[in-house]
Amino acid sequence: MSDVSSTDTPEAAVEADPIEEVAPDPHALDAAHVELVERFEAALGEAVLDRADVFGMPVVRVRRIDWRAAAEIAKGSLECDFLSFVAGIDWMPAPKEGGDDAASDTSSPVQPTETTYGAAGSDGRFQVFARVQSTTRHWGLTVKADVDDESLLVQSWVPVYPGADWHERECWEMYGFVFDGHPALRHLYLPSEFEGHPLRKDYPLLSRVVKPWPGLVDVEPMPGEGDDADAADAATVESEQA
Amino acid sequence: MSTTNPPLPEFDIDPRAFRHLADAQVGVELDTGDMILNLGPQHPATHGTLRLVVRLDGERVISADPVIGYMHRGYEKLAEFRTYPQITTLINRIDWLSSFANEVPFIDAAEQLMNVHAPPRAQYIRTILTELSRIATFVLFLGEMGLQVGALTPAFYGFRDREHILNLIESATGGRFHPNFNRIGGIKDDLPWGWVSETRTAMKTIFDACDVFEDLVAGNEIFEARTRSIGIIPPELGAAYGVSGSNLRASGVDWDLRRDGRPYLVYPDLDFKVWTHPDGDSFARYWVRLQETRESARMVLQMLDQMPAGPIMAKVPRIIKVPEGEAWVETENPLGQMGYYVISKGATGPFRVKIRSASFSNVSILPWLLRGVFVPDVITILASLYFILGDIDR
Repeated sequence: MSDVSSTDTPEAAVEADPIEEVAPDPHALDAAHVELVERFEAALGEAVLDRADVFGMPVVRVRRIDWRAAAEIAKGSLECDFLSFVAGIDWMPAPKEGGDDAASDTSSPVQPTETTYGAAGSDGRFQVFARVQSTTRHWGLTVKADVDDESLLVQSWVPVYPGADWHERECWEMYGFVFDGHPALRHLYLPSEFEGHPLRKDYPLLSRVVKPWPGLVDVEPMPGEGDDADAADAATVESEQA
Repeated sequence: MSTTNPPLPEFDIDPRAFRHLADAQVGVELDTGDMILNLGPQHPATHGTLRLVVRLDGERVISADPVIGYMHRGYEKLAEFRTYPQITTLINRIDWLSSFANEVPFIDAAEQLMNVHAPPRAQYIRTILTELSRIATFVLFLGEMGLQVGALTPAFYGFRDREHILNLIESATGGRFHPNFNRIGGIKDDLPWGWVSETRTAMKTIFDACDVFEDLVAGNEIFEARTRSIGIIPPELGAAYGVSGSNLRASGVDWDLRRDGRPYLVYPDLDFKVWTHPDGDSFARYWVRLQETRESARMVLQMLDQMPAGPIMAKVPRIIKVPEGEAWVETENPLGQMGYYVISKGATGPFRVKIRSASFSNVSILPWLLRGVFVPDVITILASLYFILGDIDR
């Protein structure tokens, strides 16, 4: 997934910009974003670990210790004045709950069991990512940083973007990341006595724990496919799909 | 029995004592401690279950702390256990006043990852329905804002005129609030017979309604007194808080993702104006939404003229598996910027969906915005920010 684009040079992006019939690279950046990424990488220097272009949107992975510096540069010198969100990712594949019973749980999609990392890679299980945009230059940037599995410590963006306050509180309760420099890490969505971090992959979907998925007992076979072996698969697809 | 008054006390009372007593009482009242006022979670101005813990000094707000999460449904977790077609049902319920507009960015993200392109007619119908849901959302706001300053009539007008739009959405999609009409690769059905001419008629009604609201509410002296220079959001601070959409344009920021963002739907084909207002107060937010309602109605008429014929579904596999990858799609929804960061690992469902909802960020500025305002202004500020609880709590 990472480095699928061929836009390491600005010339390539300028060529890919006009819409032509030769199937342009869907990931190619436009000229403005090429400039943005160049200035961002020049300002951060060796703090940039990796970069990938995803559907015209640059994703830059920075070092953990430069997480706040990335925000300061984006806001201070790249005119990215708008904070879209701050959120976390858990790249660990979800463990199969309930052993054999889980095999009959056709309600949820089966994800691959090996750990893979998305655009711009990762060093470990947890990552924090954020998106900033410019209201004047109309460009935007997604920044990622790895989070240490042990300390779960992340620098807070609140001193730079005050709007990061609620996003980081959400991230803290959902993933357990500790935002260093945040004014008050309190629960946002969940009750204050809640234990656990629900968006981590090893946290089960509690409604399935309380009442296991009944399986296919109440699903009628689709017309004409009654005896098919893959009735289980067909049941998960909307019947209206042509 | 005697009906006369009881006899006066035998002893003399120094009149000065009464004066001291009165002074003491006044003194007690002046020396009020801070009062904690719980606004909500059932307050009518909060459209649901937002709770504001407001610390008051007399009539003035010292600090306000929004308590959210009464309606948190955990859609980001739930989406990891659902297939892509099932997720549109969930995200219909995020911002329930403009459900159709919610579906668009998610479907768009999935289509990007699958490299599927919806046919032009489907894109047009999507855009028309998105703009219709914008009109429905805003017309309700235009009426309801009057209600919050004490004018009951505009609210009825708002509900009455929104009905025209909801009927259109219902006749096209089958659902008034939760259409669930988008499919990966297109839409479920074509428009019903006679829908186009009915929509043209309804747009005339909307233009009339906007004129009525302009006269009745925006031109009203009391309304202006209650909203002018109340709740001013500075543009830089608003952007840093993530306030988006009409709320940010009312602060003079000329930024609309329909025009300035990555091209989506058929907005590049349309000719429309992005309205801004320099003031940034509650009145400006009302005024910008009023103009945007008219602009949306104009856009709908434009699209009805330009709409091409053709298929409404692209070829998609029966079982939808989205290739491995990441996609971020943001759109200009009625309440502001809505985005989905979809991470796929090649399965029938996403690995992780980050939902960026507009109201969440719009409301996060409240602790700053409400500091120092009077209690009645809290209500107008809340109303003018226009949030939907489902959009905050997700």
